[in-house]
Amino acid sequence: MTVNVSWYLTLAAVLFTIGAVGMLVRRNILVMFMCIELMLNAANLTFVSFSRELNDVGGQVAVFFVLIVAAAEVVVGLAIIVSIYRRHVGATADDQHLLKG
Amino acid sequence: MMSGLVASATLPDSITFAIAAVIVVLGALGVVLYRNPVHSALMLVMTLFGIAVLFVEQDAQFLAAVQVIVYTGAVVVLFLFVIMLLGVDRKEAVFADTFKGQRLFAGVVGLCVLVEIIVLGSRNWTTGAPSVAGAMKNQGANVNVIGKSLFTTYLLPFEVTSALLVVAVIAAVVLSRRHEERPTEFEDEQRTTELMP
Repeated sequence: MTVNVSWYLTLAAVLFTIGAVGMLVRRNILVMFMCIELMLNAANLTFVSFSRELNDVGGQVAVFFVLIVAAAEVVVGLAIIVSIYRRHVGATADDQHLLKG
Repeated sequence: MMSGLVASATLPDSITFAIAAVIVVLGALGVVLYRNPVHSALMLVMTLFGIAVLFVEQDAQFLAAVQVIVYTGAVVVLFLFVIMLLGVDRKEAVFADTFKGQRLFAGVVGLCVLVEIIVLGSRNWTTGAPSVAGAMKNQGANVNVIGKSLFTTYLLPFEVTSALLVVAVIAAVVLSRRHEERPTEFEDEQRTTELMP
């Protein structure tokens, strides 16, 4: 029997907070993207914890879907970042404040 | 809280959780605090491994394997590819405020989020009915249970994800293609004749 579920959920809350603060503080788009991954992983950890606590397979299946969506998101997001950098604008998110269609 | 930890958990499990938790938090802090994006990506690997350990600790062996394969094997490698491709592995002043007091504001917001989650949750962490989508324990191997659930209860979402992945692949190809001038028909013919032996 592993430690109480509240410890896992507290850890997930801490991880989510670090990701959210990183998202607000950092200006490099790639690092902001990594912070999104941190937040997704915090959510995954809570899903698995609840799956264990409630003896329910749904939580682990949800994590499976989150992984798929995260992979798709990374593929599209990095492609967008590459096409932004090709235009030789700056490296930070502040340089993209004048985007137009 | 400490008594709950000691009462319900065996010592090896507690130690494993403690080590993995420290790895996860240190890795996350590294992602945010390192100035070089390459170092951030490597610290992200550390966090993801820690999460995989916690998955194993909670009897989610399949997800732990998928976590290592998909996240550290594909996602972080993709991140590193893009960092190297774009040559953005130069240092950034992490704490240069874009507007005055941004850092402070971010810290306050983060602290509020953390306190809010813990205060709201600490009364009763888990509520809700158990085993709604199917039981997990004593049902056989972890992979079997998840597979059975994916191909019965969650069959439609599972099929939709395949469409999502196809869309993502096509979008990546379209977005990362260089926008060149369209070759005229003459150039097109020339190119094909050049290619012919």
